[in-house]
Amino acid sequence: MNKFRKLFAGPYIVWVIGFTVLPILMILYYAFTNADGALTLQNVTAIAEPIHFKALLLSLRLALECTVICLLLSYPLAMILNGLKIKKQSFVVFIFVLPMWMNFMLRILAWQMLLSNNGIINSILQTLGFGGIQILNTPTAVVFGMVYDFLPFMILPIYNSMVKIRKDVIEAARDLGANNGIVFFRIIVPLTMPGVISGIIMVFVPALTSFVISDLLGGGKVLLIGNVIEQSFIKGMNWNLGSGLSIVLMIFVIASMAFMNSHSKETEGAAVW
Amino acid sequence: MGKKLIELQNINKSYNGTQILDDLNIYFNENKFLTLLGPSGCGKTTTLRLIGGFETPDSGRILFDGKDITDLAPNERKVNTVFQKYALFSHMTIAENIAFGLKISKKSKAYINDKVKYALKLVNLDGFENRSVDSLSGGQQQRIAIARAIVNEPKVLLLDEPLGALDLKLRQDMQYELIRLKNELGITFIYVTHDQEEALTMSDTIAVMNQGYIQQIGSPEDIYNEPCNAFVADFIGDSNIIDGVMLEDRLVSFLGIRHACEDVGFGHNQPVDVVIRPEDIELVEPSEGFMAGDITSVIFKGVHYEIEVMANRFEWLIHTTEFFSVGAHVGLKVIPFNIQIMHKPESSDEKAVDTNE
Repeated sequence: MNKFRKLFAGPYIVWVIGFTVLPILMILYYAFTNADGALTLQNVTAIAEPIHFKALLLSLRLALECTVICLLLSYPLAMILNGLKIKKQSFVVFIFVLPMWMNFMLRILAWQMLLSNNGIINSILQTLGFGGIQILNTPTAVVFGMVYDFLPFMILPIYNSMVKIRKDVIEAARDLGANNGIVFFRIIVPLTMPGVISGIIMVFVPALTSFVISDLLGGGKVLLIGNVIEQSFIKGMNWNLGSGLSIVLMIFVIASMAFMNSHSKETEGAAVW
Repeated sequence: MGKKLIELQNINKSYNGTQILDDLNIYFNENKFLTLLGPSGCGKTTTLRLIGGFETPDSGRILFDGKDITDLAPNERKVNTVFQKYALFSHMTIAENIAFGLKISKKSKAYINDKVKYALKLVNLDGFENRSVDSLSGGQQQRIAIARAIVNEPKVLLLDEPLGALDLKLRQDMQYELIRLKNELGITFIYVTHDQEEALTMSDTIAVMNQGYIQQIGSPEDIYNEPCNAFVADFIGDSNIIDGVMLEDRLVSFLGIRHACEDVGFGHNQPVDVVIRPEDIELVEPSEGFMAGDITSVIFKGVHYEIEVMANRFEWLIHTTEFFSVGAHVGLKVIPFNIQIMHKPESSDEKAVDTNE
């Protein structure tokens, strides 16, 4: 019986080996060899080259901006949501999750239209007398797109951790003399920390590694580390360089996750929603 | 009696059109253990939450030491609450939990440390300062919740069914601990429970509530021995409650017989409730009792046997330490002193009693 049951895991194991383990091994191989197959560290150290380093810094900056904006939007929203009646709560959550059911590319293309110089946003600004401004093809547009795309990943874990706080815990704090400020900072914030941490990870990591958003909304003028890697694979056909830079980016991703996890005592509920 | 510490005047409260409390008036004396006792939905928890400040009445005033506190927020009241499900702060250590209120009132570090130690000792959990909440059992968590409340030296401690989630043995132990704490601390306890045994064990005064009304207030002995209506009689312990007619002073008829009793002043031929406690009925030879019947069930309860006797088409409940076998034909005997006569409910609030049985 047990043996038979294990067979069911077969297709998944084949999948993981074929599409996760093997590619990683290949990336590792390419990263530490040159075009002739000789061992080298050049591809990894290439991150120090100004153009690559600048792209990495910009990626980190935009990912950070996106994460902060998402957090500032999500936390108050989660609090408001939590205060609503259950029926209204699920409706509002539904509204926020709705965009996730539409194709990612479609949504970004829609933003391209909205943000363009002749787009709706600019024409509204013009009628209001602000004059047209260049949004598309700037880092601002890229952050816009990232926030729009990743916001649900921040809202849901924070909302979930907030819903879990029992009402009598808040009442107990008030009963012991806590005013609204103390209740917020000493009770609500610490108890929602696991949700905040998992929200940050789920927004920061994809924002750091994204390249399609910067391609479409940055118009090739906003060069993120993801774009550099993409170009070295596809345009430059330099798989070694692309792999080397990927390894660097992977290290940043793992480091940021480790950092966030070390700052949450209990990871219970983190990354689960 | 001490002075009035808390007084509720003409309190009305309803939720979504359902009246929970209807013109409630009650006061709580200093240094007493007062219990609000009643079935779920009787308004006892709402009353406690009104005193704690978690609810505001639709109308009526709440006085504390003579001052109106009706509109004060919970954090501005000199009362502390022990919640039914403990409501400890899971992200803090035990010491931080207990120190929460003291830190807010900006006490010195040394004072807080002393107080935390003292409070832990009081609830028999010395040395638990740095433990986490999750590592404690339910009983221990409840003790911490009590320590966290009393460390602030409130004038009144509100307890909302604090022992409801504990098992029987632990519950009994905690009952004695609460009595000890109350005596050591000299503060007023207002306790909410639906457990009549708990109420009888711990209270100085019991207020029996039903359907938003206070049915009776009195000492545990008064409430048990002299219940004022059928609801109280039935809720506090087991009772045989029979429809009867008060023929004249000291003579009542029920189930087709006449029996002497000690009650007077009901008038002539008044319909009444006749209440007889199961332990007040004696099983005797059929010819010696006021009526006779057959035993339909015998259950061993430890201290006594719980026996049911079918007599004159009424199922009598009897507690006795003697063993009888099912099917035996026996007589029922009761002394007049142990027959309680009660008015039939007249007003709507008392009628509510019937629907709840």
